[in-house]
Amino acid sequence: MSMFGTVTVKDGKYRIKGDFHHISANIPIRNQDNAWQLIGVTNPRDMTYIHTYGGEAVFFENLSKGKIHGTRCDNPDCEFKGTVYIPFRIHCPDCLAKNTVVDLTDVCRKTAIIHTFMVCERSGAFNTLDKPIRFINIEFEGVTTILMSYLSVGEPKVGMRVVPIFRMLDPTYTITDLSWVAEATPESALPKGFSFGH
Amino acid sequence: MIKFSERHLKIPKLSRPVYLVTAGQSKFGRAIPEKRIEELVVDALTMAAKLIDKTPAELKSYIHTAYYGHFADHFGDQLLGEAVIHDRLGLDPLGNIGIKTGGATGGSTLWEAVKTVASGYSDCVLAMGWERMDEVPTDEGNHLISCAADKDWETPLGHIYTGYYAVMAQKYWQVFGKEEDSFRQTMAEISVKHHGYARFNPFAHSPMKITTDDVLKSPVVAYPLRALDCCLMSVGAACAIICDEDTAMELTKNTKNKPLRIWVAAGSHTLRPACRRDMEIPLLPNETDDQYADLGKRFPGGDRYPGFTGFLAARMAVWYGYRMAGIVDPMEDLDVVELHDAFTISDIQTYEDIGLRPYGYGRDYVESGDCYHTNPNTGKPGRLPSNLSGGLIGCMHAVGATGIMQTFEIASHIWNRWGEIHEDSSLWDDFGRQKPDDWTNLQVNDAKKAMAISHAGVGSHVTATILMDPDHLLKEED
Ligand SMILES: [Zn+2]
Repeated sequence: MSMFGTVTVKDGKYRIKGDFHHISANIPIRNQDNAWQLIGVTNPRDMTYIHTYGGEAVFFENLSKGKIHGTRCDNPDCEFKGTVYIPFRIHCPDCLAKNTVVDLTDVCRKTAIIHTFMVCERSGAFNTLDKPIRFINIEFEGVTTILMSYLSVGEPKVGMRVVPIFRMLDPTYTITDLSWVAEATPESALPKGFSFGH
Repeated sequence: MIKFSERHLKIPKLSRPVYLVTAGQSKFGRAIPEKRIEELVVDALTMAAKLIDKTPAELKSYIHTAYYGHFADHFGDQLLGEAVIHDRLGLDPLGNIGIKTGGATGGSTLWEAVKTVASGYSDCVLAMGWERMDEVPTDEGNHLISCAADKDWETPLGHIYTGYYAVMAQKYWQVFGKEEDSFRQTMAEISVKHHGYARFNPFAHSPMKITTDDVLKSPVVAYPLRALDCCLMSVGAACAIICDEDTAMELTKNTKNKPLRIWVAAGSHTLRPACRRDMEIPLLPNETDDQYADLGKRFPGGDRYPGFTGFLAARMAVWYGYRMAGIVDPMEDLDVVELHDAFTISDIQTYEDIGLRPYGYGRDYVESGDCYHTNPNTGKPGRLPSNLSGGLIGCMHAVGATGIMQTFEIASHIWNRWGEIHEDSSLWDDFGRQKPDDWTNLQVNDAKKAMAISHAGVGSHVTATILMDPDHLLKEED
């Protein structure tokens, strides 16, 4: 029985346990149109990557605690000082100083509106979201950028007010832990594992 | 970046004139199981040699360095595939480099090739692009393409690139299309046009005789986009030979190819549309300071630039490119174009970014009939025909090759060889394709100046490749 690959960091090094790949056999590809001659071979690949969030880790950790963190340039010498970013930017794109991490949870709750959206009937391999996926891009007061996420309850419209919900039960520690619902959606209507995070 | 310094806006300058000498391409298809990439690449180079009456070995003896455009390594599970191709083309031990900028890879490959010749490093270079997207099933392919989005902030959301891209289409559809049926109809006409022109192109992957009704009844992919609004996913290769003046003259002596002046300019913008910041519209030579002052009044919601409705990278590519080549009004100064029609709606957005129409009025380029080989409203030649190859919707999107295929297409018009190349029945037979009884020569008469736009994904990279007959330049050499 194989074991999922797990990783921790100790003494500044990755400590790895379990299986990070699975081996399956190559299978010949034969040409039905031409006497079943060999034309190629399948190459199965099943492996697990080890990925660091680096300076963004705080954002992904805090989603599981019902918080949305963004960043702000506080460099007094920056021409664009005070600019607030979500998606989180570790460094200011203008002066490259390290940004200050700011809690935007309240701003998100009170001011989120849909800038644009897309209802997508299709998905790719490894998708974990229910279909159709309601992609939304969200504007916030005082934030210069427009966050991409997905709507879990309601039908999206441009200009619609939405509020954030968080996967606090069994979080995945990915961006899918953050979702949105139409304003005034009752807690009972939220998808399994999600809450308003209050 | 939301503010330019003066240095950012320097007009790029080539240190010496650069020429496109010949070009070639392979068959394009959804899957080509019977051939390896190296076979398709050899097909393309052999064709390029043939167009200037050379053997591949003769042409190869001129090549000094090679530029390879191939985007998605993970599709073929082969890193350094460029080195494999370089060896199979028998070009070792010449210097070579791989270039990858998503959907703009073909254009970026030409960009590098042109700069190399302009600098004097090489007098003759090969720009070769290819892609193979048939080595995984569609579902896995969608995942691999979605890896070209931000892996932490976008890819986990559905593993489907359409989702990250089409939100921009939705915004444009609502703000500038005003969700009108007539606008939806215009989008459908683009698909009809591109699948239709592909019928006369033996290389093309998706020739179709369809109506706007067929487009409007095709399955919804992401409303308002339907299956027939979307570009293809193809396998194939295309190449171009770029030279300095002396080598160009020597290679084309007593052939039907006239060396064409070539310029390539490039722009970029954030991979993550979320991070687009507001700015003033960089103006093209045919636009005025005040013309966009009331854009938000005319199109409510349209006051945010580039917002989710404009492709800043495309605007910047032509901002530099037009000034390099002396183009003032692209509608007047160009004779034929190939645009990156990833989706019918993004084709319309591009008309505005590159100044064929002002922002907000892209649809008029189609509705006026200007974009057709023959204007359906007047029966006369279209003012600036676009995508006579069939484009990405009708001909192909074999990512690394696309920008080079487009350049091959526009060059064949200036060489006045479009008919000769496309009517050749033996080519149709070789590709196992049926030449239609109503095959029509789409040669643009008297074409002297042309442009191809190569574009990556949500607009992270865009190049503008401009070709001109050297006897019809718009600008004195400095
Ligand atoms: Zn700053």
